[in-house]
Amino acid sequence: MDLLREALVWLADGGNWAGPTGITARLGEHLMVTAIVVALACLLAMPIGVWAGHRGRGGDLIVGIAGAARALPTLGLLTLAALALGIGLVAPVVALVVLAIPPVLNAAYSGIATVQPSVTGAARAVGMSSRQVLAQVQLPLATPVLLGGVRSATLQVIATATLAAYTSNTGLGRYIFAGLKANDYPLLIAGSLLVVVVALVVDALFAVAQRFSVRHR
Amino acid sequence: MITFENVNKTYPNGTTAALDVSFTVPAGSTVALLGPSGAGKTTLLRMVNRLVDPDSGRITVGDRDISQINPVTLRRSIGYVLQEGGLLPHKRVLDNVALVARLNGASKADARERAQRMLTLVGLDAELGSRFPHQLSGGQQQRVGVARALVGEADVMLMDEPFGAVDPMIRRELQAQTRRLQSELGKTVLLVTHDVDEAFSLADQIVVLRTGGSVAQYATPEELLTNPADDFVADLLGLSDGARDLHVVDRGGRALVTDGSGRFIGRVRA
Repeated sequence: MDLLREALVWLADGGNWAGPTGITARLGEHLMVTAIVVALACLLAMPIGVWAGHRGRGGDLIVGIAGAARALPTLGLLTLAALALGIGLVAPVVALVVLAIPPVLNAAYSGIATVQPSVTGAARAVGMSSRQVLAQVQLPLATPVLLGGVRSATLQVIATATLAAYTSNTGLGRYIFAGLKANDYPLLIAGSLLVVVVALVVDALFAVAQRFSVRHR
Repeated sequence: MITFENVNKTYPNGTTAALDVSFTVPAGSTVALLGPSGAGKTTLLRMVNRLVDPDSGRITVGDRDISQINPVTLRRSIGYVLQEGGLLPHKRVLDNVALVARLNGASKADARERAQRMLTLVGLDAELGSRFPHQLSGGQQQRVGVARALVGEADVMLMDEPFGAVDPMIRRELQAQTRRLQSELGKTVLLVTHDVDEAFSLADQIVVLRTGGSVAQYATPEELLTNPADDFVADLLGLSDGARDLHVVDRGGRALVTDGSGRFIGRVRA
């Protein structure tokens, strides 16, 4: 319990929050890396998943790719990427994007594909073009599922973005790595606590957004 | 006017849904496609707005061969009442109706105004317009479906088992309203039903289809009752087992009418 108390004391010390390596700055970096990674993953995976769901084909391929990508160990991938791309932020971003793609891809595909055929059929029958069905029927109805995919990708990235500190001087992972190296367990615990709190807060925000995105029932 | 000329359709799984089907829906009249399930009724209906394309044969709407018309353009020019309403669950009732007017190029304000008028026309309170479809009863949703089919001011209307999902009392009410609207608006209507009473109640002429998608008889209700083409038609209409027979019985000088199962359903007026 002493370690935990020391960690809390460290967190309570205003001096630790200020400056370019303070908690506020690290928190900002962590969230920035997360946002960049999730945005890239969405940019890459969302159009593919949505298109496949809209055409109602390629589902097996999507599930296969997502499953395979999910099986990749992120730390190993990060090491490989760092070897190829060098020290810095690019390698962890690449590794984290690979981590974030499967949940987004799966959600985009299944969210669109599982909109009731009777509803899309009716939209087509009254004269909506294929694009209108996608934009005005499938996307709005699939929004909660799409958000769910982004939510689970974001949480995984927040937790795993600590690894960014492995190859670059970035994010809340710095405290964890520094604590490990110096056997400063209160610092390590403080860093972990910060990651946990950020994850919980962001998850709660997504939960609210998801609730508001349900357009009916 | 809608015409079918020697239309055939066999699905990839080998099911024949249309076998050399020919008939005409004269402008301003209502024709019902009546038959058991698997007779291809809905397939024929969906061919009219190109949700299904025939393997061979020709279909015309208002003298135009529909295979030459872009499917989306064609669908916007035809009103469609779907089974169980077919409303978009995430749009408010008024927007569901206005949507079709919007697709036909109406401005937002104009579309909403027309949608409001259509809701009133089918007997719905204005306040229901701001609700979501699932907040309405089945009968109300069906009325919205009819309003949506009317809002585009199409001359041709398709109805796919429009009142199958509502209870019998509401169904009779909706059928009466449909007849009333039809006498006012004079649309060319093609209707799918497996309910003989509904076909008799709404249609000027009935296309009786048999399993396998061929036309057993195309005639007015009067002709069907007088001269059913064969046993299949007679069975389907309930003429073989007496289900559709009415009997006049005398009760103390009053002539009463009983139905096929002997229940009293009315009296004879001299």
